[in-house]
Amino acid sequence: MRPDLLLKVLAKFLIPFILIFAFYVQFHGDFSPGGGFQAGVIISAAAVLYVLAFGLELAERGIPLRALQYLSSTGILLYTGVGVACLLKGGNFLDYSVLLDNDVAGQHLGIILIELGVGITVASTLTLIFFTFAHWSRHS
Amino acid sequence: MIENHMTIMLVVLPMLAAPLIALLPSKNLSWGLAILTATLQLYLAVNVLLDVQGGTAIHYELGGWAPPWGISYRLDSLNGLMALLVCLINFVCLLYAKASIEAEIPGRKLGLFYATWQLVVTGLLGIVLTGDIFNLFVFLEISSLSTYALIGMGRQRQALMAAFQYLLSGTLGASFFLIGVGLCYAATGTLNMQDLASQIGQSDQPMTLYSGFAFLFTGLLLKAAIYPLHAWLPNVYQFSPQAVSALLSATSTKVALYVVVRCLLDVFGVEFSLSRLFADLLLLAGSLAILFGSLRAIQQTDLKRLLAYSSIAQLGYSVVGLGLLTVTGLSGALVHLFNHGITKAALFMGAGMLALGPGTTLLTRLAGGTHRPWLLLLFLTGGLSLIGFPGTVGFISKWMLALAAIEQGHWWLLVVILLGSLLAILYVWKFIETLYFVPQNPPETSTGPVPGRGMWLACGLLCLAIVYFGLDTRFTLGVAMDAARQLLGVHP
Repeated sequence: MRPDLLLKVLAKFLIPFILIFAFYVQFHGDFSPGGGFQAGVIISAAAVLYVLAFGLELAERGIPLRALQYLSSTGILLYTGVGVACLLKGGNFLDYSVLLDNDVAGQHLGIILIELGVGITVASTLTLIFFTFAHWSRHS
Repeated sequence: MIENHMTIMLVVLPMLAAPLIALLPSKNLSWGLAILTATLQLYLAVNVLLDVQGGTAIHYELGGWAPPWGISYRLDSLNGLMALLVCLINFVCLLYAKASIEAEIPGRKLGLFYATWQLVVTGLLGIVLTGDIFNLFVFLEISSLSTYALIGMGRQRQALMAAFQYLLSGTLGASFFLIGVGLCYAATGTLNMQDLASQIGQSDQPMTLYSGFAFLFTGLLLKAAIYPLHAWLPNVYQFSPQAVSALLSATSTKVALYVVVRCLLDVFGVEFSLSRLFADLLLLAGSLAILFGSLRAIQQTDLKRLLAYSSIAQLGYSVVGLGLLTVTGLSGALVHLFNHGITKAALFMGAGMLALGPGTTLLTRLAGGTHRPWLLLLFLTGGLSLIGFPGTVGFISKWMLALAAIEQGHWWLLVVILLGSLLAILYVWKFIETLYFVPQNPPETSTGPVPGRGMWLACGLLCLAIVYFGLDTRFTLGVAMDAARQLLGVHP
């Protein structure tokens, strides 16, 4: 038996659950403890586990560094974009109530989008940091 | 529509520009978007400052939540002036950065460089405009973290060490600030600055407030590099990329000092915070900063390091003005933040232009820089302003401070201020002599990149500003006087 077999099998088994839990934290953020930041950290934990078990090359074939860079910017853009959309609809910056006709629905939509932006940025940035350091240790 | 949202747009524009710049494929496009944002911001900053002239304030509630529950921005003469300083310096430094930074940083990193730059500006403007003390901490972290990254991009290897040193000091300062905010929150239950101000007098936990106050100010004075908490500053200014030195020298410490003024006089209020003892401590720290900074500046052999020590001295003037607690002194301190900002940015830009070829700012290597005679004009204008020569901005602020010292009968302070100017003559003459009157040895043919048009334009603009605001003080000094009167609760 190869020494890393257990690790690989377990990682393969765990990663889907970690991701599902991340999405749970992400989308329950506006009802219960959680939100974009926590979900992003959990997603990147899954990415770290994958790299530890299967190596950086395979991981980068799935998510190239360049894509991570784009994603980390996209998240902030989504966040600021929602704020500006509120401005354009006649409210103050980040005043979600004006996003939809119904105030409460507008607040929900706004928070979900904002948290999504935070989640995308945190997940991709943390993964990016880990990948970058992993590259360094391989070169030196 | 835009009129109501100008305050928030000042912060939102760079925040929107940062990710876009990072996504753009070419360095020219990145720079173009950055300068476009900076131009819009400058326009907005001038407009909001004109709106608040005469003592009105603009309020803005984020997300439509009313203070003290929601975060609100509040703009008056004091932060209007600071916002203008940040936007002006940001614009001029970006003009300068195009040619300067391309000589220092590899092309593939330029997009990220400009994106990080926008984050610094977002943070600084956020600090200046927000009316919520916790929100201020968040912006403090945004600007600091991105500043560390910018410093680390310097050409010399010591840049990394300087960035790390600043990271340690900056984190320490920010943590102290946060602990202070936490203690104040524990004692009053509010984070909104104006609400905090009204609660502080009635709190039944004065000891918690006093400890909060102590933490808050230790942290802030560290961020503002007030003597004796200045140790991180010389390395940072010396090893940063040239354009970054110019940006930081003119904005970051000034903004931190703005927070000191805001918290001392607006949030805690004169009765609570400025017992005579603390005010005297400020006078003492300021005077020591002036003397220590100037003396150390004379000993330096590196142009940028010399300018950095001179910055420590010049910050001392503002601290002295704050400690005097009179309208004249405080307006001198505030106008000095602006005046010294433009002066020092101009000088760092000049240093950066000299460093283009040799890649160093060691005075011995730069000796006999006569192949760029126009730069002498820049160094002379900036140098005279550091000394406080009539006709430059430096004169205005020092004149106000000297007046304030005489009003209060602090004759020793007048001596310190004049001594500071004398020492400034020494260190200004030191670099001008080395640059222009020492024969070049060995005669070095000027190689390497030549300064671009943007660099000359930026330097020219700042020189004009130094002379213009030194002659026509209605605008800058007027706003500073307004702000000082509001802060001290004096009605004209």
